[in-house]
Amino acid sequence: MTKLDINGRPFEIELAADTPLLWVLRDEIGLTGTKFGCGMALCGACTVHIDGQAVRSCMTPISAAVGKKIVTIEAVGSDAVGRAVQAAWIDLSVPQCGYCQSGQIMSATALLRSKPKPTDADIDAAMAGNICRCGTYERIRAAIRQAADAHAVSP
Amino acid sequence: MALVVANVSRRGFLQGAAYVGGLVLAIGYPRLTQADEARKFGADAMPHGWIDNPSVFVAIGEDGVVSIVCHRSEMGQGVRTGLPMIVADELEADWTRVRVVQAPGDEERYGNQDTDGSRSTRHFFTPLRRCGAAARQMLEAAAAARWAAPIADVHAQNGEVIHGPTGRRLGFGELAKAAAAMPVTSPDAIRLKNPSQFRYIGTDKLKLTDAQAIATGDTQYGMDTRLPGMLFAVVARPQVLGGKVTRYDASAAMKVPGVVKVVQIEPTAGPPNFNPLGGIAVVARNTWAAMQGRKALKITWDDGPHKSYDSAAYRAVLEAAARTPGPVVRDNGDFAGAAAGAAKRITAEYYLPHLAHASMEPPAATVRITQGKCEVWGCFQSPQAARELIAKRLGIPFEDVTVHVTLLGGGFGRKSKPDFGIEAALLSQAVDGKPVKVVWTREDDLHNDYFHTVSVEHLEAGVDAQGMPVAWLHRTVAPTIASTFAEGARREAEWELGMGAINVPFPIANVRIENPEAAAHTRIGWFRSVSNIPHAFAVQSFVAELAAAAGRDPKDYLLALIGPARIADLGWNYNESPARYPVDTGRLRRVIERAAKESGWGRSRPPGSGLGIAGHYSFVSYVAAVVEVAVDGRGEITIPRVDIAIDCGATVNPERVRAQLQGSCVMGISAALSGAITFKDGRAQQDNFHQYTVLRMPQAPRETRVHILPDDYSQPLGGIGEPGLPPILPALCNAIFAATGKRIRTLPIGDQLKA
Repeated sequence: MTKLDINGRPFEIELAADTPLLWVLRDEIGLTGTKFGCGMALCGACTVHIDGQAVRSCMTPISAAVGKKIVTIEAVGSDAVGRAVQAAWIDLSVPQCGYCQSGQIMSATALLRSKPKPTDADIDAAMAGNICRCGTYERIRAAIRQAADAHAVSP
Repeated sequence: MALVVANVSRRGFLQGAAYVGGLVLAIGYPRLTQADEARKFGADAMPHGWIDNPSVFVAIGEDGVVSIVCHRSEMGQGVRTGLPMIVADELEADWTRVRVVQAPGDEERYGNQDTDGSRSTRHFFTPLRRCGAAARQMLEAAAAARWAAPIADVHAQNGEVIHGPTGRRLGFGELAKAAAAMPVTSPDAIRLKNPSQFRYIGTDKLKLTDAQAIATGDTQYGMDTRLPGMLFAVVARPQVLGGKVTRYDASAAMKVPGVVKVVQIEPTAGPPNFNPLGGIAVVARNTWAAMQGRKALKITWDDGPHKSYDSAAYRAVLEAAARTPGPVVRDNGDFAGAAAGAAKRITAEYYLPHLAHASMEPPAATVRITQGKCEVWGCFQSPQAARELIAKRLGIPFEDVTVHVTLLGGGFGRKSKPDFGIEAALLSQAVDGKPVKVVWTREDDLHNDYFHTVSVEHLEAGVDAQGMPVAWLHRTVAPTIASTFAEGARREAEWELGMGAINVPFPIANVRIENPEAAAHTRIGWFRSVSNIPHAFAVQSFVAELAAAAGRDPKDYLLALIGPARIADLGWNYNESPARYPVDTGRLRRVIERAAKESGWGRSRPPGSGLGIAGHYSFVSYVAAVVEVAVDGRGEITIPRVDIAIDCGATVNPERVRAQLQGSCVMGISAALSGAITFKDGRAQQDNFHQYTVLRMPQAPRETRVHILPDDYSQPLGGIGEPGLPPILPALCNAIFAATGKRIRTLPIGDQLKA
């Protein structure tokens, strides 16, 4: 039995310890905001935060998340950086189909928490693992810059 | 006409709303009679056409909330914002009080729901305007009656009706009940706004309907459906078209914790259609267990007749066919004679591989069967097709199947095919109707797509002393989408050929278009902009090659080749009426000129940098793109900028038009740079995104500037979802030629530029 801390709440999971966190979130707990896109940590749709780091949950066994703080898209807005990112996403109408955007927002939020004033190269590097098949990259970049500016103004 | 006031709670599509005893304008409404000519084309020609009935699309609650039904599938193209926007504008609704309700699959009720072909906005612009206006007029009539005022003294404005002379006002909520009791607005009496009065249409004022939900993870895609007691399934499918299970052993699979049942799905004889491919399904208590169970299956396959499909060998087959005269599909003048007499003869051949849709959400559907009634939730582009085919396959009445349309995590044409819904239905049936969610993995999606076709495009021109073509031959060879529906179909369909091959827009006297046969060895389907991709790539690349041979600027050459503005009616035109949608080469010229101007065409560029241009008409819109490319010493490509100009008549949501063109640009560059599904031993060789690589942020253009030609609402609207894609591939390769002198004729570009 594995104990997990997800979005500030404790969960006791009866599944095997090598079950990927993604499927525990989606199927066991019902947090479907974290998406499945590839299962091989290639596309970033499954990105969550574990102790503040952007992590691909499709290849993270729940055993590796024990004793750590897991945050998903459903709770990323609980701090100012997350809220600034979400607000920029809405303001600039970033999404098209939206399926990749949970992962994009999680990666972007982790970036801004560690680098509040990212360069273009920082953004490319942090976001290269998140595929958007609808091609919203340009707006994602703009939204990250807007969130960075907004958060700098009112942290 | 009977006036029926319906209680909302009986209306399935408005269930559970914050709907305070409001009344639906439920009115019997006769279909408009159309002129015979109108019946054959466009929206009138689509199955179930369009519905001229405000009650179907609009409901107003006593709390003032305006519910607007969206009957087309949302896959990122913006219909859940744009279509309700049309209704809301004519209705004079306050957008902040608008709630969008997704329609289930029911074309008899809503009109055509097949979300495909860049049709949603252009087919439903006028019908939805009429719905909004008719509802507005009933609200105004109700207010006028309440105030005993002349109708001319009242007008609706932003969710209220106002009495002009006194300033009295009543909210839509206060009027809803009375409005439902008013006589129906007669179809002839519907007063549409003058476009100058639009408040939402044509503006960038509104935020996306689902942006908040998407940003907080509060969305339901096909993948996300959850029902009590739901089981999860993955299917081991034949890896080769026509493959069958000869033997399987589920014993190890059944021992995997969480696995509940293993079920064989029978394939269907004949062409693929939208039928499941068959295979062995593992049903389990969660997705991971189902996947682990599938790994433990032991299956012996008979790969069947296509087991030797090999992309390298097949390319040679296509090339041989492309180099031999074939069936003629267009023949003007005398190509052979004119080419023989020409000053110079230029030949080029272009190869484009299969592509996979690879939408970020792989296909997924959930089905539950309760007392013979089947409920379906899924990411369907055509919920009606899903409903019909599930009913048929289960052997139950159509009326007993309900299809709920979730958000689609991308579609691009893949999710028009409801094979994944039928799989879920069969598996639910196999577990006594318990809800079953079928999940396609990325490997499933890449191996068993309805692939974009593979093609060789052979072009020959005889040019005069000035380098202008006097004779033009285009021989296009590609397995046809028709093969998915008809066994042994080997010729491109009229509509595939009409996507840029037959309707080449140049007034050359001697034109010959041929289409030799090509057999299909995998499922072929429509992929965003369909055969426009290979045809535009070949034609617009070839034009640039002719320009280079003539020593002329490519943009000037392209415009000279198009010639003076004229109407070029060249056969099939997206099933639209030639009277309504004449193909006007002047509009093509203007977008080419606009894109060129905006890109700074003609200014000198540093070494290794270049601009390429292409212009293409598709889905009744005109698009031109200029791609700026920089190629460094190691052959690495960067794309600093793309300028795209579009003439789509007029826009509803210009912000989404820009988004779709930016997105099409990324998808086009992705395909050109690295997109390829290759086959060996009958099967697709790419398993996941490490092998089927798609564009990521670092390679995406830094800046994509979209230039929308001014709105003219007297024009019928053009399509938006697809037209941005075809010009991108040739514009990119033309830019690479300008930058490096190297001509790309085989896609993907891959390592062709590497030193």
